[in-house]
Amino acid sequence: MKELIKVKNLKKEFTNGEVVTQVLHGLSFSINEGEFVSIMGPSGSGKSTLMHILGLLDRPTHGVFMLDDKNVKTLDDDELANLRNAKIGFVFQAFNLLPKTTVLDNVILPLTYSKDKKEMEARAKDVLESVGLGHRIDYYTNQISGGEKQRVAIARALVNQPAIVFADEPTGNLDSKSGVQIMKILQNLNNQGKTIILVTHETYTAEHAKRVILIKDGLIEKDYEVKNRKIATDTEILK
Amino acid sequence: MIIQASKQAIKALLANKVRSFLTMLGIIIGVASVIIIISIGAGAQSFILAQIESIGADKIGIFPGKSDDDSMPASLLGIVITTLNYDDYLALSNKKNVPDMLGVIAYSNAAGSVNFASKSYDTSLNGCTHDYISVEGGKLESGRFFTKEEEKNLSRIVVLGHTVKKELFGDNYAIGKRVKIKKHTFEVIGVMGERGKVGLQDFDDKIMLPLKTVQKIISGVNHLGLIRVKFDDKIDVEKVMHDITLTLREQHEIKDQTGKDDDFTIRSAAQAMVMVETITDSLKYFLAAMAALSLIVGGIGIMNIMLVTVTERTREIGLRKALGATRSNIINQFLFETITITIFGGIIGIIVGSFISFLILIVIRALGYSWQFSISIESILIGVVVSTVVGLVFGIYPANKASKLEPVEALRYE
Repeated sequence: MKELIKVKNLKKEFTNGEVVTQVLHGLSFSINEGEFVSIMGPSGSGKSTLMHILGLLDRPTHGVFMLDDKNVKTLDDDELANLRNAKIGFVFQAFNLLPKTTVLDNVILPLTYSKDKKEMEARAKDVLESVGLGHRIDYYTNQISGGEKQRVAIARALVNQPAIVFADEPTGNLDSKSGVQIMKILQNLNNQGKTIILVTHETYTAEHAKRVILIKDGLIEKDYEVKNRKIATDTEILK
Repeated sequence: MIIQASKQAIKALLANKVRSFLTMLGIIIGVASVIIIISIGAGAQSFILAQIESIGADKIGIFPGKSDDDSMPASLLGIVITTLNYDDYLALSNKKNVPDMLGVIAYSNAAGSVNFASKSYDTSLNGCTHDYISVEGGKLESGRFFTKEEEKNLSRIVVLGHTVKKELFGDNYAIGKRVKIKKHTFEVIGVMGERGKVGLQDFDDKIMLPLKTVQKIISGVNHLGLIRVKFDDKIDVEKVMHDITLTLREQHEIKDQTGKDDDFTIRSAAQAMVMVETITDSLKYFLAAMAALSLIVGGIGIMNIMLVTVTERTREIGLRKALGATRSNIINQFLFETITITIFGGIIGIIVGSFISFLILIVIRALGYSWQFSISIESILIGVVVSTVVGLVFGIYPANKASKLEPVEALRYE
């Protein structure tokens, strides 16, 4: 398996005036292509900061981060933006869809920043079909339910066929039924070979992944394979 | 790419219709005022020029006495100067001296009252040579004009302007009647048709008498007040003026060719037109520039709103960056929105401005002036270009600010 992400002694500190807060104290791990990894930890553990760094939204203060064998440190802002566009898909807790915009236009959005602008509409429609929203493409984002919104967000994350999908508490704002649906989609994606990194504070949600990296106070406390992996099924919804 | 961006910009503006409109208002008012001012300026200019032209762009006036190029001839200020005389008139009438001359008229004017029966009317007494109509234009309503012989032999005859005839005779027949001027009796031989006011001159409120009659009988002078030369207007006015100058210098035995010893002043309507055009042009553009100031105020208003918009949409900017938007993508997006506001504002301003100019035209025409409607391509271009530039200048700061937002910070923003 190809090594997609490799970090070594990763540190991040925030400076606010004269106060320096160290959030990540030196993390080292790697994630292979096709993995489904949960980054788990209580709030304030640094898991979100880690996700931001891995997702190229932020830069580490120290340490090495190799993404697809490329040292991220050498890239400028525009190169990072292009890399985010081509290789990374984000799913946020708060959906972050554009208001007063149709479902279709939301999904097209990443394509407008992409180098490949061919058949944007058709590609967006395809992905929307695959998350079961083919009938909602002309709806405005304020006209659909929370679960549907998150599925739009997933479609948006997938439309550029990224190497990695980051999901930051994707079920946090959803009822349990919709939450299971989302987890099911993520697991299906992983089964098709997509690398998924899930960030959550709940053990239950985290154990839908194959592997859990447990972060506490900016350090890796545990990095383990999930023994009894939760599988999101329709029967689970019934429970 | 541009279509995509402008669609996006229009969508963003429609999302906040009232605010977008209020933001545009500054530009609308600014552009509309520029259009209106330029339109009125152009209308007034062509009005004044038409007035001057009707006095005669094909005529050159020669006044006694020297005056500076840019000041009024001294004789018009009421100073009596006697340096022009009948011989000058004859010299200028000679084609050998002024080849492009089509006609010359000499004046010696006075003011006084014309009396008929119990009525008395104050008017301008124009002593002139017989070729009045061929040089100054106008038509006889009835009767005839005096001849060259009558002009010279002190005939006591008079041609009345239209207003003078109305005042003294009403609708009655005037030809053959006798009127009194300064205790002398004159026979009315002609009445001029109505011609109206042209510039400062009222062609209807004067009477024409033979030149010598006015000089000898009424004023008791020998000099002329004014000579007017009509010339072929296909010929360069400067050349004709030069010929006249040389002729008069020879007449007056002036050796100096620099003009400092000249005892006469030559003016042409064409010259006056250039002067008026220069003045009204600079006035017009000065006023337009004042109006354009309001565009700057409008631009600052837009910048202010765009800064608010950037703050409001911090999360959106963060999201776009997370999805792969580069700094220039974000700059383009916000710049496009600002320019869309200003261009739309500019277009609405042009329409509103043209409409108001048209209303003003209707009012002025209703007041009886012949006024031309002119919305020049020039002023429309100014409107569009200025509003685009305002958008660019005042949009760049908010757009740049938006592009500098850190994606993480922006996504975290509540």
